[in-house]
Amino acid sequence: MQVQGYMYPNEYELAWSILIVVYPYITGLVAGAFILASLERVFHVEAVKPTYRLALLTALAFLLVAPLPLQLHLGHPERSFEMYLTPHRTSAMAMFGFVYLWYLMAVLVLEIWLDYRRDIVLLSQRTRGWRRAIYRALTLGSSNISAGALAVDERAGYIVTVVGIPSALLLHGYVGFIFGSVKANPWWSSPLMPVVFIFSAMVSGIAAVLLIYMFTTWVRKRALDMRCLDTIARYLLYTFLIDFSLEMLDLVHRIYEANESFRSLDFMVHTRLYLSQIVIQIYIGTLLPLALLGLVQVIKLGATARKRIYACAGSLALVGIFAMRWNVVIGGQLFSKSFLGYTTYKLAFATREGLLPAILLMLLPLPILWGLTKLLPPWPEREAEPAGENRAATLSL
Amino acid sequence: MNLTRRQCLLLLLPAAAAGWEALQAGAPERAPNYDKTQHWWGMLLDISKCIGCGNCVRACAAENQVPPGYFRTWVERYRVRDEDMPYPQVDSPDGGMHGFPPIPADGMKEFFVPKMCNHCADSPCTQVCPVGATFITPDGVVLVDKEYCLGCRYCIQACPYGCRFFNPVTHTAEKCTLCYHRITKGLTTACCEACPTGARQLVDLKNPNDPIHAFLRTHNVAVLKPYLATGAKVFYNDLDGSVR
Repeated sequence: MQVQGYMYPNEYELAWSILIVVYPYITGLVAGAFILASLERVFHVEAVKPTYRLALLTALAFLLVAPLPLQLHLGHPERSFEMYLTPHRTSAMAMFGFVYLWYLMAVLVLEIWLDYRRDIVLLSQRTRGWRRAIYRALTLGSSNISAGALAVDERAGYIVTVVGIPSALLLHGYVGFIFGSVKANPWWSSPLMPVVFIFSAMVSGIAAVLLIYMFTTWVRKRALDMRCLDTIARYLLYTFLIDFSLEMLDLVHRIYEANESFRSLDFMVHTRLYLSQIVIQIYIGTLLPLALLGLVQVIKLGATARKRIYACAGSLALVGIFAMRWNVVIGGQLFSKSFLGYTTYKLAFATREGLLPAILLMLLPLPILWGLTKLLPPWPEREAEPAGENRAATLSL
Repeated sequence: MNLTRRQCLLLLLPAAAAGWEALQAGAPERAPNYDKTQHWWGMLLDISKCIGCGNCVRACAAENQVPPGYFRTWVERYRVRDEDMPYPQVDSPDGGMHGFPPIPADGMKEFFVPKMCNHCADSPCTQVCPVGATFITPDGVVLVDKEYCLGCRYCIQACPYGCRFFNPVTHTAEKCTLCYHRITKGLTTACCEACPTGARQLVDLKNPNDPIHAFLRTHNVAVLKPYLATGAKVFYNDLDGSVR
């Protein structure tokens, strides 16, 4: 263990591993993807409509994986249900189970079901065999897709989305609060932390949906909707600017205030976190994508160039936000609470909390998303399906 | 059979030893009707008396089966240059368990600081535990229920004093219990008992006859990191401003 200076003897070992980096990263993607979806539904940004359903399914795929890193990290995962049975009301973490369930069942699944209900009913009639059984089950016994029923769905979906926006902010803001409320740790303790987490979540979620939309369109050999892409990229730029400004505000405040922990934190940023914070998070993961996205706003570029820039900026943004999570979680444990010493994080590979499970957990939402898109196709072309077939299905009810 | 005086003594000595052991082991009987509501436990650590022998660390490890490499209590050696108080030189090899290697005198102020859980009245570790596995007893001791702890380690992050660790055997959070199994039977803690200079003293803040009240009135006593308002109940006599 490479320890420099003096650490309290129980501090040599980091309590939270890379899995706790992965957890806020994944919930951030969920919250961000949902906010992007709500742009169309609530704020009537019609341009992003092609990604609406894809964003919802992306959010669901990542949300299903979100508790897994926590479960893997717990010393006694078999006791995690105790958080539901006997939650400790003063604990920020005790809320996790409830916020998670609320967001999963009352917001995301409900909204997806309401939005897809018509499709599910039609698919339950059009398909055969086990697929038919699945779709019939998904209708939950409600096969009325008359204009009146669909209008009710639309209205209910709107209400769920309106409720969903603060819920998405709560989901990720509360993750920020878990860190921001730890007064023992000056690296974390900040009222800005939940706000920074929310905006960084939006950045990562929007970037993820942007990339998934580009990739799936390319795989399906369809043309990208450039108006949609430009709009998403513009929102990515706006949220990124707010996120970066907040983080800089936090940084400037710390530098100017320079309290007792400053020397310790400053040393860390210039040594152990230099690569992950200054180089990867700020230069490569923030300033570079901001410059790229800003460039598109000031220079008139062709569609191909814009696509490449968006793909590049989106990927860099995802790297930058991951680095931000890393610097918060791991960085916050590298210095002693005595402010007199520093330790190192040794990342194992194929252990319970090593790099391998972290990579697998990061990749797991992708096959889940693939499965979801097979089950509930989110592609805009569904609108172009034969009208006669639709009508026949509706009439047959 | 005639016994010489020597033979008699040889026979009586083991009996006397066994008797003394029994006397000591029988001490818990002094408090058969322990009432939790009548106590509010804390600790007094007198820095001017600590000699850094490490007896307390060893006694604690033996009494509580503390896994190697982790500490419920430890001792730090501070060395402070007169003009550099904010940046003291601190070491604690093996938690001070085996004492400290001598350092040639170089004019620096040198002293030992025993550390342990502060059994805070408003403890951040109790606040953050998601299931209430960490709790404060009616007599003011912060404990962890090993049968209930999830092993999420949030409490370890929340403790400003670095007093908690993750037990690699039980996979739960662990910390000083103030030897709760002893003090509720009328005994003192293992560390207090092992301290050769009386630098560590268990105190009962609810007991009006406890000498701690007079001590607090007449000495310069402080707690660690008072600005965090944790309600720490481990009091330090002669606490230097450089101590973290």
